[in-house]
Amino acid sequence: MTEEIIIAGFGGQGVLSMGKILAYSGVMQEQEVSWMPSYGPEMRGGTANVTVIISDERISSPTLKKYDTAILLNQQSMDKFEETVKPGGLLLYDPNGITRHPKRTDITIYKVEAAAEAAKMRAPKTFNMVVLGAYLKIKPIVKMENVNKGLKKSLPERHHHMIPMNEDAIRQGEKIVELVQEV
Amino acid sequence: MKELRLMKGNEAMAEAMIRAGYDGYFGYPITPQSEVMEYLQAERPMERTGMVVLQAESEVASINMLYGGAGSGKNVVTSSSSPGISLMQEGLSYIAGAELPCLVINVQRGGPGLGDIQPAQADYFQAVKGGGHGDYKLIVIAPASVQESSDFVKLALELSNKYRNPVMILTDGAIGQMMEKVELFPQQPRWTIEEIREKKPWATFGKPADGERRIITSLDLLPEKLEAHNTHLQEKYRTIEKNEVRYEEIMCEDAEYIFVAYGLASRICQKTIQLLREKGIKVGIIRPITLYPFPKDILKSYASKVNGFFVVEMNAGQMVEDVQLAVECKEKVSFYGRTGGVLPTPEEVMEAFEKSFK
Amino acid sequence: MYTELIKPENLVYTKTKVMTDKELSYCPGCGHGTAHRIIMEVIEEMGIQGETIGVAPVGCSVLAYEFMNIDVQQAAHGRAPALATAIKRLWPEKYVFTYQGDGDLAAIGTAETIHACNRGENIVIVFINNGIYGMTGGQMAPTTLPNMKSSTSPYGRDETEMGHPLKMTELVANLPGVYYVTRQAVHKPSHVRKAKKAIRKAFENTAKKTGVSFVEIVSNCNSGWKMRPTDANQWMEDNMFPYYPLGDIKVDGLFVNK
Ligand SMILES: Cc1ncc(C[n+]2csc(CCOP(=O)(O)OP(=O)(O)O)c2C)c(N)n1
Ligand code: SF4
Ligand SMILES: [Mg+2]
Repeated sequence: MTEEIIIAGFGGQGVLSMGKILAYSGVMQEQEVSWMPSYGPEMRGGTANVTVIISDERISSPTLKKYDTAILLNQQSMDKFEETVKPGGLLLYDPNGITRHPKRTDITIYKVEAAAEAAKMRAPKTFNMVVLGAYLKIKPIVKMENVNKGLKKSLPERHHHMIPMNEDAIRQGEKIVELVQEV
Repeated sequence: MKELRLMKGNEAMAEAMIRAGYDGYFGYPITPQSEVMEYLQAERPMERTGMVVLQAESEVASINMLYGGAGSGKNVVTSSSSPGISLMQEGLSYIAGAELPCLVINVQRGGPGLGDIQPAQADYFQAVKGGGHGDYKLIVIAPASVQESSDFVKLALELSNKYRNPVMILTDGAIGQMMEKVELFPQQPRWTIEEIREKKPWATFGKPADGERRIITSLDLLPEKLEAHNTHLQEKYRTIEKNEVRYEEIMCEDAEYIFVAYGLASRICQKTIQLLREKGIKVGIIRPITLYPFPKDILKSYASKVNGFFVVEMNAGQMVEDVQLAVECKEKVSFYGRTGGVLPTPEEVMEAFEKSFK
Repeated sequence: MYTELIKPENLVYTKTKVMTDKELSYCPGCGHGTAHRIIMEVIEEMGIQGETIGVAPVGCSVLAYEFMNIDVQQAAHGRAPALATAIKRLWPEKYVFTYQGDGDLAAIGTAETIHACNRGENIVIVFINNGIYGMTGGQMAPTTLPNMKSSTSPYGRDETEMGHPLKMTELVANLPGVYYVTRQAVHKPSHVRKAKKAIRKAFENTAKKTGVSFVEIVSNCNSGWKMRPTDANQWMEDNMFPYYPLGDIKVDGLFVNK
């Protein structure tokens, strides 16, 4: 199994940390992982993206042009990365703030109202965990118990009291993810 | 128990400095490697091992702090990125001349000049051919993963002391910034005073009551004496060339073409050779791990067996010259590179290869 | 109803032409933009746009040449005073200034700063002291306050280990080559007006060939300090100003008695 994922959105949406939790979950189940962020001045309030690869084998290139899955969380990311999903691959997005919805017909598309859900839960910072839950519902590549371990490892100790809240958000994401189109 | 962590290359190198038992780190912030000092400061290395961490006022100062620290027998390290490494060249020449062991890490970014902060490999010539003035060599090691970033920090401590020679880890912004799984090696003790006394009798940490005073210098005003010193250095470099060549062969057994790439470029090429092998084209990779000493012999040994070599670098063509020298023009050597911090994609490398060897 | 307001005769303020139309790359609330503007306004008011050469540092203001509509050279980190020295010596009738952050001027470029000042180069040095390395993401600067947290002093600047905040401005004031030394701020209109007067004086001085005019601007870095812009300004008043008191230090070659 090799899963090549791009996660993209605004800086501050928790794109990088979502990727990190996913990658750590992979480590917890003894898989190979890589997490490759965009970095630099563009991150100041601008767009952020991260390529996460989880595999049973040694990972070759940590940067890619085509992905099995794209998780796209703002319009700029949709414009930039919709085309990079492999035919038959998966695109997951949050329609909040999206004015041009995905057009591809050769990929599976899901949406998750994560921003709205996180606002409803009065925990806007768990937005990225709602998205993670949605993704893991569609592709359960890492076990929930390992996600919990991943959360513990990637959050600093002083934030550990927030883990249950994050787990709730993941479960909520699993519930509300909606299929848009299947191939 | 294995100690597995998900870490950035920069963080893994910092953690490895503490664990390998380095005595001191001296550096100046520069992207994309600032996490090294940030991680060290957060870890309180003085409390963990007694390791000193100091933010210098410039890279000129950092490298000269290494000169002082290494001359006094301590195991010292600095890290920087391309523009800062350029500033260190004078100091490196002195350190190499005075034969002091230390580690300098270059997390390369796009150049020339201030360039940008994206990953590049454009400092290859500077690293392997000298960089500063005079006939000298650094031992240059190029990690291709976060795991190797950690392991090579420890290896550098051994090699630099074994040969009394500065070692450079030549990595790049991508390996510095990316996170991978890393198995941390166990904590090594820092050298005791007795060990320093025994292994570095030349070091200046106070004249022994019963012995001669010691002098660290790169100055020799008599040409014959300086030539003798140079001859000694060259002999040492030949020994290093004999003993310390490191490389990895990936899918070379049945290969008809050999890719040559190091560091991140070699990772990108691994994807390319997968794509090519799916098309039935038999390709392999030789990945130099030591860039100096360069793995000449293995390349030469393939020269008669394969149909060509394809060198991929994140620069305008530097290591390719060493590959050409190694194969003595017996075989076609082609090149593909991207510059300025642009990463080649596996697909475009494949296209370039196919164009070259049509 | 707004047509009344936008009549040319009602115009009370407009952006100086000596700033380009390029959108500033600074974080909202950052002092760099205001500092740029007042220097450019002075250049406009003195009518010296064609006579002025700026030297940009490495730091957040590395892109100053994008915003300043004058000739600018972009120096290597810390070396701006060396470039300015040569430019001014080769073009003695021109106005030459450097614009430098605290890392650039007071860490890596300390030697260049001190020696340009000591030689009494006829240049203006504008020194933006925000107590941190803004550009590289908030590392400790030589000017970082005692106990202040930064990414390379995560438990606060421990003066016994990391040295004391460097008062570069007081230091260079002691050099006979330095003719005018003042410390200003730009976070409030009244301060902006004073700072602009100081910049004007500095530029006028250099024409008199009396030596270096050194204008420090104590500024903020809300990103590096990890604060909201308004909180950052308050924090600056409460913490930076006591350590780096505003006002003239040396005027017309003479120390100001306080
Ligand atoms: C030789 C060299 N070393 C390090 C750097 C990285 N670097 C860029 S800006 C900077 C510090 C900037 O801080 P400061 O001068 O205070 O300016 P600010 O961003 O705070 O305005 C550093 C260390 C560099 N560009 N060149
Ligand atoms: S990082 Fe700091 S100095 Fe740089 S633009 Fe932002 S607020 Fe200004
Ligand atoms: Mg600063």
